[in-house]
Amino acid sequence: MTTAYNIIVCGSLVPDPLQTLEPIQGPTGPALKNEMMLPSVLDPWAGHSLFEAANLAKQHPGSKVTLLSIGPKAKLQQLMMIIAQKVPFELVCLDGSASGFMDSREVAAALAGAIEKIPGLDKTKLLVFGGCSSASRDSGTTMQMIAEQLGITDVFLAVDELKFQADGSFRLLERVEGGQYQVSTCTGAPVVIGWATGNLPEPPNNPQVGMANMRTIMPSLQKAQPAGLKTDAIKFASVQLPGQQRQTRIVKDTPIDEIAKEIVTWIKG
Amino acid sequence: MEKILFLAHTDSNGQLPKVALETLNAALQIKQGLAGSTLTIGLVGENVQAAADQIASCGMEKALGVSGADFGMSRYATDVKAAAALGTASGATIIIAPATSRFSRALPGAAFRLKATIDTHVSGIQFTEGVLQIQRWYYRQRMMATLTRVARPWIIAIDSGVFPPWQGTKGSAKVEAVSVAVADQEKRTKMTGIEAPSADAQTIRPEAQILLVAGAGWTKKQTDGQIHAKEAEKHILDFLKLAKASLGSSKSLVDQGSEGEAVLTCMSHLNQVGQTGSTPRHPKGLSTCCHGEEPHVVGWRFINERRAINTDASCGWAQGKADVLYVADAFAVMSKVNELLAKG
Repeated sequence: MTTAYNIIVCGSLVPDPLQTLEPIQGPTGPALKNEMMLPSVLDPWAGHSLFEAANLAKQHPGSKVTLLSIGPKAKLQQLMMIIAQKVPFELVCLDGSASGFMDSREVAAALAGAIEKIPGLDKTKLLVFGGCSSASRDSGTTMQMIAEQLGITDVFLAVDELKFQADGSFRLLERVEGGQYQVSTCTGAPVVIGWATGNLPEPPNNPQVGMANMRTIMPSLQKAQPAGLKTDAIKFASVQLPGQQRQTRIVKDTPIDEIAKEIVTWIKG
Repeated sequence: MEKILFLAHTDSNGQLPKVALETLNAALQIKQGLAGSTLTIGLVGENVQAAADQIASCGMEKALGVSGADFGMSRYATDVKAAAALGTASGATIIIAPATSRFSRALPGAAFRLKATIDTHVSGIQFTEGVLQIQRWYYRQRMMATLTRVARPWIIAIDSGVFPPWQGTKGSAKVEAVSVAVADQEKRTKMTGIEAPSADAQTIRPEAQILLVAGAGWTKKQTDGQIHAKEAEKHILDFLKLAKASLGSSKSLVDQGSEGEAVLTCMSHLNQVGQTGSTPRHPKGLSTCCHGEEPHVVGWRFINERRAINTDASCGWAQGKADVLYVADAFAVMSKVNELLAKG
């Protein structure tokens, strides 16, 4: 008999990686220029964790995937239009800043508080997923703080593989130094997992999935509570784009032998 | 006056990893920059004496250690407990630790238990009017912030390659044991091993002098209208072997496997650099067949000397970001480069 899991995926929006970003000084600290206008995507590593969660839920009938997001409501609604057709999930959202300049402790407290409020949550069957770090703050600290607040002591970071074993235990591969994996086993739920890329491709859009998801997404967006994030933990002295612009020397219409020789000299130099 | 704790764990040989020695240098700089501060060493491992002896002459006031079989393996539950215990025992106001995979996992939890703040991926420190400021990147290496925090304790995890490793003579350190009890509930996770590619297949080499970045162009149709994935792989692997290089890849190239396109078998998502990959530090980088701009450029943010080979002279990936752009067929160039490298 398979176990039905409660899989909570923590993930929010980040600016589309193709956009050029420019920092500005906002009223409460640094922000991105035209932040509300920038096209957004689901944070890439959180996105991978959502696809892994959906795949696990498929393998374990009765399991439920909940996507938990903090972000400006209007932006979250736009994001849901993009991802709702990917995999089945229910949305729980908090209205607040998705800025990378927020302190992860504040964000973790808000997320953990929202998890604790999910009705009928069985913590013994809880798998909390998210990205190993966000593409905005990139601190890799939020998932562990959620674990602490929820009292979960088994945490894995930069995971590419989670396998369920016959005895109900898990086998996990975590990225470690030098392109290697640490292999660990854990007796079972509850666990917190910060995913890296995983092994699954992005699922194709499925309009039926999208329609089913939208039944819970819209009410969730409407009743989203303020996340109550404070912005005073970090004192920013400056936020700047890297200034260095290189003078690129273009070498073209040059014989291959000459190019190769120049490259080898440079490598050995 | 700050109470600084340099926090580190031992490696599989019972020594401190290189990144820990680099971080010790950072801790010493902070001690020097903040007059009247003290430095305590906190070590975690199965046996920490050898590691403490390794840095005995660094100028520490005291050495604390959490040791025992439970602390030999990298495991969140025990690592977080050990780090929090050392933070408490030292009374530290600033905790400096290396951003190893083991500590990157555990330190945020320790910060929570210590009611501390934490900053990770720290890539620089400076002092302004006697205040410690750190530098770290936001939005995946696309903008750099200089910041400080008032709240204490403050945990600072330093990235590898930022500071030179501490070098000093070994000695004999007196390590004060900090006792940490581990409950059965905290042993639910067991590290069973490391999955490492064989030496020949090892393509990620953090210590390499040069990073070869391979882009999706390697698996596209070439001038003869055919895909030459096997030939591409041979050129890449030969170069890695001959130049003792590390291999990075664009996202589009590693994604091709899951999208059913031609793949290079030597590549995995672990090789991916850029917005959703790693940002390795190497003195030199050679990019081949890469296209694209923002997401890609962050992949070689920390590469000092950069050269690129591709067929588009106006490629945004190279213009203004590489020192030299060779507009040429990478297959032909790399074949010749390998031939010259093989000759010595």
